[in-house]
Amino acid sequence: MANQDERQARPRGLAFIAKSQLMTGDDVARALRRMAHEIIERNHSLGSLSIVGLQTGGKAPATKLASILSEISGLAVDANTLDVSFYRDDLSRNPIPASSATHIDHDLTDRTVVLVDDVLFTGRTIRAALNALSDWGRPRAVQLAVLVDRGHRELPIRPDYVGKNLPTSLDEAIVATLDGVWIGTREAS
Amino acid sequence: MSALVIRQGLVVGVDVGEVADVLIVDGRIAEIARSIDAPGDAYEVDARDCWVGPGFVDLHTHLREPGREAAETIESGARAGALGGYCALVAMPNTEPALDSVALVSFVLERGARTPLDVAVAGAITKDRRGESLAPLAEMAALGVRLFTDDGVGVQDPSVMRRALTYAKPLGVRLAQHCEDEALAAGGTMNEGELSARLGLTGRPALAEELMVLRDIELVRLTNSPLHFLHLSTKRSLDLVLGARAMGLPVSFEVAPHHFTLDESACANYEPVFKVHPPLRARGDVEGLRDALRRGVVDAVATDHAPHAPELKDLPFDEAPAGMLGLEHAASLTFEALGDSANPVSFFQVLSRGPARIAQLRAVDGPRRHSAHGGSMIAGEDANVTVFDPLEHWRVDRHALASRSMNTPYDGRAMAGRVRATIAKGRLVVDQGRLT
Amino acid sequence: MIDSIRGTNLLSLDDLTKAAIVEVLDTAESFVEVNRRTIKKVPALKGRVVASLFFEESTRTRLSFETAAKRLSADVLSLAVASSSVKKGESLRDTIATIDALGIDAVVMRHRSSGAALQVSRYVPHVKVINGGDGQHQHPTQGLLDAFTIRQVLSERHDTTGLESGAELFAGLRILIVGDIRHSRVARSDVAAYAALGAEIRLCAPGTLLPDEVSTWPVTVVDDFDDALEWADVVGLLRLQSERGSGAFVASLDEFTFTHGLTVERARLLRPETLIMHPGPMNRGVEIDSRVVDSDAAIVERQVSNGVPIRMAVLYLCVAGSGEGPGL
Repeated sequence: MANQDERQARPRGLAFIAKSQLMTGDDVARALRRMAHEIIERNHSLGSLSIVGLQTGGKAPATKLASILSEISGLAVDANTLDVSFYRDDLSRNPIPASSATHIDHDLTDRTVVLVDDVLFTGRTIRAALNALSDWGRPRAVQLAVLVDRGHRELPIRPDYVGKNLPTSLDEAIVATLDGVWIGTREAS
Repeated sequence: MSALVIRQGLVVGVDVGEVADVLIVDGRIAEIARSIDAPGDAYEVDARDCWVGPGFVDLHTHLREPGREAAETIESGARAGALGGYCALVAMPNTEPALDSVALVSFVLERGARTPLDVAVAGAITKDRRGESLAPLAEMAALGVRLFTDDGVGVQDPSVMRRALTYAKPLGVRLAQHCEDEALAAGGTMNEGELSARLGLTGRPALAEELMVLRDIELVRLTNSPLHFLHLSTKRSLDLVLGARAMGLPVSFEVAPHHFTLDESACANYEPVFKVHPPLRARGDVEGLRDALRRGVVDAVATDHAPHAPELKDLPFDEAPAGMLGLEHAASLTFEALGDSANPVSFFQVLSRGPARIAQLRAVDGPRRHSAHGGSMIAGEDANVTVFDPLEHWRVDRHALASRSMNTPYDGRAMAGRVRATIAKGRLVVDQGRLT
Repeated sequence: MIDSIRGTNLLSLDDLTKAAIVEVLDTAESFVEVNRRTIKKVPALKGRVVASLFFEESTRTRLSFETAAKRLSADVLSLAVASSSVKKGESLRDTIATIDALGIDAVVMRHRSSGAALQVSRYVPHVKVINGGDGQHQHPTQGLLDAFTIRQVLSERHDTTGLESGAELFAGLRILIVGDIRHSRVARSDVAAYAALGAEIRLCAPGTLLPDEVSTWPVTVVDDFDDALEWADVVGLLRLQSERGSGAFVASLDEFTFTHGLTVERARLLRPETLIMHPGPMNRGVEIDSRVVDSDAAIVERQVSNGVPIRMAVLYLCVAGSGEGPGL
């Protein structure tokens, strides 16, 4: 039976048809390693860092990032997860997403939060995440790490750490996981 | 307790047996054989020319205690019962107060335990027998009560009766109904008909009984909960219940000796002793009941023994309370009604085995506080035995009754057949027609 | 039968498939977490108006629903029956029209007449109607929170999360419901939920407190209460509904306790892992002994605390999810 976290992998009723693979699993792993080094370079102290992956696509990259950061720095870095379903501004227009687990076990006040997601698109998910984060305290800073930035921002949101910039057209779809990145279309199944 | 041996009676079990001796030791039938060598100190009961069968069980006795001890007590009622051949009585709940709670049922059971007979209790169906809300049937059933009735009256409201049947079903108990629609019967003192009109007495129509019989048959069909019809008095009532029984519905019924012996003409002299509810009916109904007895389709004869203090039965007919005595004469009257071809098996069936089944007093009815009744006269059974002499002729004397009351309608009547001995729980309570 | 309550009314659990029920339970998991935060609020229903219309007295359920709506950031309009014009004889239709004129997105209602919620949904088809209990008919959120509580407790016991083990937990789970089933809307909702989820259900009650034609229900009726207690994994007790006239159906409270009360003696027949539940309010000493209530097997407090997350899930799914999108 599908795990709740996986249920949000695609919108209800639509299936992803891949056209071509743009990154392999190794490419993604290398990108994440590079991003981890960038995070360390920019944030001198890892002790006040909180890695928060957005459900559901950001959970795996966040977990991977946290483990790489632990490995490099020798400090224990955990990944938290945040579900932003209840904070979306488009609930009345789009089908409401199935909700998933939120696990943030500490107050975020004065922490530097690194939000992690798979694909950055319109920016509305990130905006909902910023709304949600404020319920866990007042972070000192919030940074954004994404595997893929596909453009078409509708809000003034920009990523701090990017795995790959991929300009796309609106009718295309992107799937980005630890196993690779594909471009294709979404069609009714 | 020393041993008893009943000599040379016709032993009547499931079938008519043979002439034999019955040895009773320690409350049990020890042996039945052609000729028994009894222990030296065994008491001998002469049963030659008699029928020896399971002791009688009365489904319907008014013992009047608590509340109207002047008319009868549990003890005096038990004595009357023993003389009539009864080893078990079911006490009706229309005492004062009514037997509608654990406390009162316990009282009667405890008093009954002091008599030589088994006294079972029929609990009330509704609180104070008012026909409005259910009495605690489950709590009373836990004391061993297996029959429930508001007798004296029937439950008038069909929704209450329906609820009672539904509630009773999983408890494994049986409800019993005095079928008379009070609205139709209101104010009536004798059977409605040409005679009542001539006498100027308000009548209780047969329909008052038959309508409730019909209603309750349908309620049984709806709930599939067992129901026993008390003292059915008209031929039509009988036909209705026999029909329902033939269709497989869990119904049973009893008839009272006065209804198959006396008809409404007995009321012609306005003698209150003949006043009873339901009333003495037309001749045709009496014949119908007797015919049913002879055909062997009647489940049980029950006395509806209803003692009343003498001063109460001295009131004018319409003011006097209804009810007549019955324990001491039921056997003889039943024997007489069975007629010339009286079959001993049928005799004991309606007086003992049938009632024992309905009251759940048989051995197979499971553990309970009383001994087992309605047996098949085989070794090992509890010794509840009645010896009946079909040849004795005698006359009723209302002044020579064991009952505290005297309201018997048979005073001076010639009777055929008499109980010679009654052995209750292995003890000889009546011998040679007298209390021991 | 509906597969999901997104954007629909919630009137009766008889209308829902297993998938619909599981979706509510899964969503409620997230709201359990929200209710543990310091700031127990999410903006999912911001700008929406939820009316709370309780024609029957119920402080607990009404507060539970209103709290749920507020924690979703909805605006709540609360109708107190005693002071309303309903008492003056205004019809149900006019009452709801008056409130609707203020512009509401949803109404949560409780009424002493069976079917009242359905009738209201016909008067205001554009408003989402959530049944908080209608007569003797249904109490959907109670059925849902009871199922959720069982899932939650058993998942904790087996050390799995509610979601993965959800289906397996209920398959063949032995649930016994005891008491005044005839007059209970909670019983009807519970039976619908448990049956849809695959549990095995037995009912035990005095004959007069069983529903008519109960043989058509997805349950087995049993007479032997002691036997049933030994069989059950979960025992759900119901209150004797004296305000709905059940006083006439049994002789007395004492008799009911005698035949079907969960006394200390009877509680000893239960297996150590059996759960005891009650939708409340409880008549201590009648259907359940005080000492049994306070024992570890009784999870009544869990039921109460799950009321808000379940009602948040219901409001979220019914009200927030009224958009049109691909695949819906």
